[in-house]
Amino acid sequence: MKLTVLIAALGVLLASFAAPAGAGQTHVAVAANFTEPAKEIAALFNQKTGHEAVLTFGASGAFFTQITHGAPFEVFLSADSERPKAAVDGGFALADSLFTYAIGKLVLWSRVIDVTDGEAALKAGQFQKLSIANPVAAPYGTAAVEAMKALGVYDALQPKIVQGNSIAQAFQFVDTRNAEVGFVALSQLYGVTAGTRWEVPQTLYSPIRQDAVLLKTGADNEASKAFLDFLKGPEARAIIERFGYALN
Amino acid sequence: MLGLPSDIWVPIQLTIELAAITTLSLLVVATPLAWWLARSRAAWKEGVAAIVSLPIVLPPTVLGFYLLILLGPDGPGGAIASLWGARTLAFTFTGLVIGSIVSSMPFVVQPIRNAFAAIGDRPLEVAATLRASPRRAFWTVALPLASPGLLTGAVLGFAHTVGEFGVVLMIGGNIPGRTRVMSTAIFDFVETMRWRDANMLAGGMVVFAFAVILSMILLEKRIARARA
Repeated sequence: MKLTVLIAALGVLLASFAAPAGAGQTHVAVAANFTEPAKEIAALFNQKTGHEAVLTFGASGAFFTQITHGAPFEVFLSADSERPKAAVDGGFALADSLFTYAIGKLVLWSRVIDVTDGEAALKAGQFQKLSIANPVAAPYGTAAVEAMKALGVYDALQPKIVQGNSIAQAFQFVDTRNAEVGFVALSQLYGVTAGTRWEVPQTLYSPIRQDAVLLKTGADNEASKAFLDFLKGPEARAIIERFGYALN
Repeated sequence: MLGLPSDIWVPIQLTIELAAITTLSLLVVATPLAWWLARSRAAWKEGVAAIVSLPIVLPPTVLGFYLLILLGPDGPGGAIASLWGARTLAFTFTGLVIGSIVSSMPFVVQPIRNAFAAIGDRPLEVAATLRASPRRAFWTVALPLASPGLLTGAVLGFAHTVGEFGVVLMIGGNIPGRTRVMSTAIFDFVETMRWRDANMLAGGMVVFAFAVILSMILLEKRIARARA
């Protein structure tokens, strides 16, 4: 008896979550560094079109593996350009949907020491732990390694490197002050006033082109296509720029 | 060694080292705790038992999150680390041992407590009438009688530490040779599309887990037969 009541209540609860009739839904895999702008864009997208974008955040490498194994995503916002291309080459995504939605900027950030002159701080090496995203799986990690190599400090700093699984974790290591310094995405520091930062000159690393692609699973999904169109539009671009990304 | 590339072999070695040190530390900590839980008449002991068991229910991310704070520069871990000039226990092997002890504790305490409880009062009373001090009775009567429970606890503690993933991911920092253990190495291999290597490690884990569980079942059977 009690159980039936519970099930009925659950049913009502679930029904209240369902989207209104006519509006579609799209599942979007979002690179961790794009978390905050993606939330704003999805909210605005919902307001303007009635469609709902369900966002999942994580490391691009993990998403790629999941997508090639049938994960139920329809749109992939990667932190790089290789993985969306690989998804196209592997037959998991539509080639003509590929475009660069943002160009990421790398920042050195600290809540313990002064890194306003980042180059000098890196060369002095007056810290014990330097946090970066996993350079093999996350583009911001690759860029961090490139920048350190360009400055000629990589070999000296390598023993101090700790890796976050994604750029979000690299940020969290610096934020909890477990690592004194770390390379993070400029977008993550949006609204953050704590600590000191140094925007890494773009000449020190190859541009972090973040590409979006429509996956085969979303080829016939109106909401998915609408979301990608919205992402190219002026409203989304304004949000993306405000969070500290460059645009094409 | 064994013809394996070092980025596979080093995590295996490190995992075994971590599990061995964690298991030994756990036996030292968990045995007196289990003894107290089994013998004490204090009303609040079940509260302590519940706290010890929390890691069974809590997601590893909860443990990992609090450990990251507690081991960090603002927590007790930072204070300890400052003794040797470091700032944090996160990203260190010591930090992993602490995390593993916390998360594997219930798997060791529970079987040892049950083993102590199963002994009952009688053997200890007999020991007392033979003028054995409580301490002597513990070492010469209770501990040998409870040894199957200790063995079970040790095996489970070791196996659970080998299988720990979430806590390590959150406090480890993925440093080769120090905090990059098998479970996180597998995760990395999968993420970076090195599926052959992932398969090798993951397959090894499956075989290991099977061997652990099978030996536990056989061990329990044997103990039950010996008691009958």
